[in-house]
Amino acid sequence: MTDYFDLSRRRFLRTTAVAGAAVFAVPLLGRRAVPGAVASEAAAADSEARLFVALQPDGTVEITCHRSEMGQHARTAVAQIVADELEADWDRITIAQALGDKRYGDQNTDGSRSIRFNLERLRLVGATVRRMLRDAAAERWGVEPGSCRAEQHRVYHDASGRSLDYGELVEAVAGREPPTDVTPKDRKDWRYIGKGKAIVDMDDIVSGKATFAADVRLPGTLVAMIARPPVVLADVASVDDSAAREVSGVVDVIRMPALTENPVMFKPLGGVAVLAEHTWAAQLGRDKLKINWSESPNAGYDSASFRGRLEAACREPGDVHRSKGDVEGALAEAGDERRHAAEYYVPHLAQAPMEPPSATARFENGVMEVWAATQNPQADQSLIAGLLDLPPEKIKVHVTLLGGAFGRKSKPDFSAEAAWLAHKSGRPVRVQWQREDDIRHGFFHTVSAQRLEAALDGDGRLAALRHRSTFPTINATFEAGAEVPGFETDLGLSDAPLAIPHIQAETGRAPAQVRTGWMRSVANIYHVFALQSFLAEMAHKAGRDHRDFLLEAIGPDRVIDFKAEGSKFDNYGADFDEYPFDTGRLKHVLRRATGMAGWGRELPARSGLGLAVHRSFLTYVATVVEVAVAEDGSLRIPGTWVAVDAGTVVNRDSVRNQMEGASVFSLSYALHSAITVKDGAVEQGNFDDYPVARMPEAPAAISVEVVDSDAPPAGVGEPGTPPFAPALCNAIFAATGKRIRELPIGDQLRA
Amino acid sequence: MIKFTVNGEAHSVEGDGTLPLLWYLRDVATLTGTKYGCGAGLCGACTVHLDGEAVRSCVTSVAAAEGKAVTTIEGLAENADHPVQKAWAKHQVPQCGYCQPGQIMQAAALLAKNPSPDTDAIDEAMAGNICRCGTYPRIKAALLDLAEPAS
Repeated sequence: MTDYFDLSRRRFLRTTAVAGAAVFAVPLLGRRAVPGAVASEAAAADSEARLFVALQPDGTVEITCHRSEMGQHARTAVAQIVADELEADWDRITIAQALGDKRYGDQNTDGSRSIRFNLERLRLVGATVRRMLRDAAAERWGVEPGSCRAEQHRVYHDASGRSLDYGELVEAVAGREPPTDVTPKDRKDWRYIGKGKAIVDMDDIVSGKATFAADVRLPGTLVAMIARPPVVLADVASVDDSAAREVSGVVDVIRMPALTENPVMFKPLGGVAVLAEHTWAAQLGRDKLKINWSESPNAGYDSASFRGRLEAACREPGDVHRSKGDVEGALAEAGDERRHAAEYYVPHLAQAPMEPPSATARFENGVMEVWAATQNPQADQSLIAGLLDLPPEKIKVHVTLLGGAFGRKSKPDFSAEAAWLAHKSGRPVRVQWQREDDIRHGFFHTVSAQRLEAALDGDGRLAALRHRSTFPTINATFEAGAEVPGFETDLGLSDAPLAIPHIQAETGRAPAQVRTGWMRSVANIYHVFALQSFLAEMAHKAGRDHRDFLLEAIGPDRVIDFKAEGSKFDNYGADFDEYPFDTGRLKHVLRRATGMAGWGRELPARSGLGLAVHRSFLTYVATVVEVAVAEDGSLRIPGTWVAVDAGTVVNRDSVRNQMEGASVFSLSYALHSAITVKDGAVEQGNFDDYPVARMPEAPAAISVEVVDSDAPPAGVGEPGTPPFAPALCNAIFAATGKRIRELPIGDQLRA
Repeated sequence: MIKFTVNGEAHSVEGDGTLPLLWYLRDVATLTGTKYGCGAGLCGACTVHLDGEAVRSCVTSVAAAEGKAVTTIEGLAENADHPVQKAWAKHQVPQCGYCQPGQIMQAAALLAKNPSPDTDAIDEAMAGNICRCGTYPRIKAALLDLAEPAS
């Protein structure tokens, strides 16, 4: 176990604690070798950020990964980047997972940003260490550093035929000042970056040795299950825990701190915890609690009737986020022959990662130590610090492997529950959420209604589009009573890439009455489902081929200036010069995906192809789905084709894996999944009433083409999600003539 | 006293025979490779072998294991070199990896019974195992790769 301390900003250290290892605490910034958005974005948040590389006496390179691993293969990608630039032998590296600590800079593993934020700076980290090793070897040999080179864990002096293993340079390299004029490799010399490297956690995963949150085992740990209020902001009015305490193995019953006021933030929901010697006893005990809950202001929430309110809001003018030309005039002038309107609805959804939330906490000697499946360990730190009135530096958050996350685990209420119970009970506590807890007490993907209306010109081209969307905003999680959306309008609403004269995007207002949070690709889910479905409807209205109609509506190859297009689109926080919205790249992925799928080919009866294309998280994705719908309404998906342009990619195979997985994730909410709420309480609880996609329903094969690109790296984890559902629904229309405007599809094809 | 073996070793449980095998394995035997996903036999994350049959350990009591041989992911093969495990690596199946022990145990049981499953047989055998990351196409490809050509 290597333990090291960052004592000085621009120095790499050999500490007495590491038994001969050289530890490089390499500043992530401090030089402007990387121009533009990545560096400036990072600089704002991370002026003190640095990463660690340790060179152990046997030459093993230990690379610290400061991003959470939730299936996107972040640990592998970070290793690929650092090891490549360091010229490390892939078989002589190990990965250490960083604690939550602001010295690493941003660790919030969401928004598909791990590679976008870190590719260039991790390259510099690796290149800096490689240069120091080379210089140390040159000094030992008494030769010019420039006459030496590093390759695959050795430094060579070709003129004299001498070479040294990195392991032989540990002592020599310790204490050297890191150079400030390092140049990373030319990208043609990359040996790991851009390739499909096998993931570093494979052996642990397939052998069952991988440590997920619920696998952490500390001596003396109690397992806690918590009865949480069925309605958000309700409190425990009274509790009878006598039967629970009689369950063999139950050790204690503890009231959680109540949550009765907005904003809910990431705070625990409250309720009553049963602490037991093992999980089963905790569950039995929890089930025997008799609790009366107090009234909550959310008790009147009924998602079925709320739908009417959302739809009504979409039939009235709303807050405008984009306005170009004269949409009202163009729609009025078009007349029924050339005008079309449709309304779409997507319900609440739960992320439902395969591992329900879990965390273990231990409070000893004034230090709170937490092991959690968290996407953002610094959020755990600050939440726990506030809850327990402890200084953040007294809270150590270990990040385990995340058994899936999809946005759920960026809200660390479960970590705070564990910390609070460990603090209160004086024992280590592992909080285990049941699946029913996960489905009922989540931070839900919001519910939305949308109305789109468009007009064709006299030549059958798209001329005007108005897109109205109404949904409770995630802002309400952080600001009591918030009803005006924030960043959600940038996710598929104000960024429609259409070269048409009249376009307008609006939102209505609606209150949030359950906890609302991010889910993989967030508002793109509903906005892209509606827009890409509706554009297919308009192509049909015009009597045109969908692909041709869409390519024409996107218009000429160009960089879209959204300000000039009347849009407030913020480009995912990225600089527009670094990450322009390039319609040429958008059209390219559309052409590639339709090309792979054989768009236009003859298909059997009741079979169809559908497409959708979208840029999200700065990445361009087009998806084509083939569907076969049986007479009884059941469907099969023989094939799916995805073309993705994510700029520079680090692990090509992981990109494919993410596109495949995102398509299946989208399939789940397209086919089955819905969270409904009655009297303020979620009605679903497990995979029987909250079904997700299973193997027989999944595409038999998903073909993915990763476009070769030198552009800056963009997102990968999320952008595969939005286009699949509308592509599927467009395929269903092609197969059956039935238009799906509401998700999930459920029984709609059986009617 | 309920007696059974786990990965070839003798185990005995005193007391409540309704204790789900899952929690015995995870909390008592500290074999955490077997995962909790739903507690209701709906997701397959907890799949183990009971005398070679794939069962959901979350809805299998320890009493039901009396006299039987339990095999978990940890005991599937020495050095984790079962053909299914190797195929998972070859096809780079896992994303988060959480459901994969259950998927692997289910797949190993399938192949033990049917060494040359076709797509339909794979769909049928694997339908009870949810992967929220959506690795189904790779699981299927790995199993088709393992399937011996039908004679």
